[in-house]
Amino acid sequence: MSINRRHFLATAAAASGALMLPRAVMAADTIKLGSILDVSGIFDAYGKSMDMAMRLAVDQINAGGGLLGKQVEVVAYDTQSDMALYSQYGQQLVREDKVDVVHGGILSASREAIRQIMHKNKTLYFYNVLYEGGVCDRNIFINGVTPAQQAEALVPYAMGKSGKKVYIVAADYNYGQITARWLQKFVADNGGETVGVDFFPLDVSDFGSTIAKIQTAGPDLVIAPLVGGAHLSFFRQWAAAGMKDRIALASTTLGVGNEHKVLTAEEGNGIMVAYNYSQELDTAENTAFKAAWAAAYGDSNSIHELAVSNYHGALTWAEGVRLAGSLERDAVVAALETGVSITGPGGKVTVDPKTHHAVLDVHLMEFENQGMRVVETLPQRQPIDTQSVCDLGANPGDNTQYEIQI
Amino acid sequence: MDLVFVIIVEMLYAVASLVLISAGLAIVFGMMKIINLAHGEFMMMGGYATITAVKLGVNIFIAMLIITPLVVGLIGLVVERLVIRHLYGRLVATMLATWGLSLFFIGLATMIFGNTTTGISTPISGFTVGNYQVNGYNFFIILVAILLLGLMYAVLKGTRLGLIARGAMQRPDMAAALGYSPERIYMATFFCGAALSGLAGAILAPLVGLVPTSGGAYIAKAFITVIAGGPSLITGLMVSSGLFGFISQIFTFAVSPVIGEVALLLAAVVLLRLLPQGVTGKFFRGRM
Repeated sequence: MSINRRHFLATAAAASGALMLPRAVMAADTIKLGSILDVSGIFDAYGKSMDMAMRLAVDQINAGGGLLGKQVEVVAYDTQSDMALYSQYGQQLVREDKVDVVHGGILSASREAIRQIMHKNKTLYFYNVLYEGGVCDRNIFINGVTPAQQAEALVPYAMGKSGKKVYIVAADYNYGQITARWLQKFVADNGGETVGVDFFPLDVSDFGSTIAKIQTAGPDLVIAPLVGGAHLSFFRQWAAAGMKDRIALASTTLGVGNEHKVLTAEEGNGIMVAYNYSQELDTAENTAFKAAWAAAYGDSNSIHELAVSNYHGALTWAEGVRLAGSLERDAVVAALETGVSITGPGGKVTVDPKTHHAVLDVHLMEFENQGMRVVETLPQRQPIDTQSVCDLGANPGDNTQYEIQI
Repeated sequence: MDLVFVIIVEMLYAVASLVLISAGLAIVFGMMKIINLAHGEFMMMGGYATITAVKLGVNIFIAMLIITPLVVGLIGLVVERLVIRHLYGRLVATMLATWGLSLFFIGLATMIFGNTTTGISTPISGFTVGNYQVNGYNFFIILVAILLLGLMYAVLKGTRLGLIARGAMQRPDMAAALGYSPERIYMATFFCGAALSGLAGAILAPLVGLVPTSGGAYIAKAFITVIAGGPSLITGLMVSSGLFGFISQIFTFAVSPVIGEVALLLAAVVLLRLLPQGVTGKFFRGRM
């Protein structure tokens, strides 16, 4: 059989048209929620529970009749703690699967890898993780805690319990670098002095010399924005060297992946943190959430800060869709910008229209017998760091991550 | 004064961990001339063997020092029988084959244990030196490294088995003419090399979070140490571990851990440019 160009084009067009048909029909049946998380690899402590939370939220939405009369379907990809896979699966979500919204990304590097893909393809994007702040983009909604919400509360509390000299050990990528700068600012603001700052690539797991170096500097307090499984060794080795009772320790990340349950009680007790969520929170929403989680997954031990953030993200998006009465991106964004509030296991979470960040409760906590005991609650804190550089109302075309001048 | 002591301990610890990481490779690569790219994976399997044994309720020291070397040694034995024995004398072929093996082991560990971080706590508590706290486990690592070097020296130099092994590595035909089976000697030597790699993985397991890909972190350091050490097995291992451990710790204390790693690699490059045969290719010639 001979094929000429015209014949080929006609066949190809017909074939591709036929291929597109069922897809178009299907798209009308369900709403597609894209989820992109590290469910395996060194960041799986974060991603696994986030994935469970997302599926729980979607199941609850579907059980309540879905959105706009349709069921929500999760299209999930596991990025295996490999940053290169984020752009690949991000493209796949928007081009192949044509999802209505994307939730996901864990590390800041992964968020920046997919944020531009979502922005360019006009696909609404939710990033539901505690991070360093400063992202200003009308296409993204963020409901994690930022440094001003967290460090501003944590630093004076931790310094008050220990002393004025602070040593910072941080992860060596944008989150750690920027958070370390914020910490230095808050230490100075509270009349303290930063006696040392060290950064560690994410695969470093030997901290022996660092622990000796910290002792040389003789701080009263060590603050550790360290990230991932390898960095967990720091807290192990710190305890193994017997440092725990000599120098106070605080962290802006430890516990968001339930690390306090991986460390033994002796290794963890007394470490100070500040987050939006603790399993020990005594509210009706949290009790109900834990019961629903236990019913779905056996027990509620795997819930953590980032899982709850992801759950909040799904609820916020659903609320926006309901309010807009449409899945169309601009309509949902406009609806969310009215200042939508939801009440989740971590308390009330409100969209800040100016920055697309969240106004939420922050709790000062201490590790105690593998739990996080709430010491003090700071209600409804504004993301003032990002607010100082970002105003999407005045400048809706903005698309940058500001490095906030401190 | 206390600080000097602490720095010396950290330095000895760095040297000792290099000795541990490299000992298995020194035998497999240094003696048997097999480029074992799966060396890191043998260590990784050692780590998993220890963690599994400890979780099954075995005493941690028995798990690390006895069970793990046996388990990993046996895996090494299987590997030698199935793959390596067909490749003796073919340097590049061993490299390709062991690279494949390393991928296989990573996949296997991921299937069994999941692509997730596991770990155990260190069994020895810290103690005080003046104003400083030191990780007590460091001393255990230093002790094991010293004992290991002593044992290797004693076996290779002092026993008939060691003599036969060394002889068979240099002239397998002569060893065969004298009535020894080179094939069995190679098999036993590879078993020892794998067991030592497993031991290293076991000893380091309580200090790190273990994932199936953990082996990759050790392979470069192990090869650099063994190659820079040169032809003399034990002297080379001691000299290059000492040198690299010292340099990396100096820079770690003076600047940062990242610069410490960089300094180690730079030192290796300079050293191999000046002494392409390794340190013991020029100095300490003829030693063990």
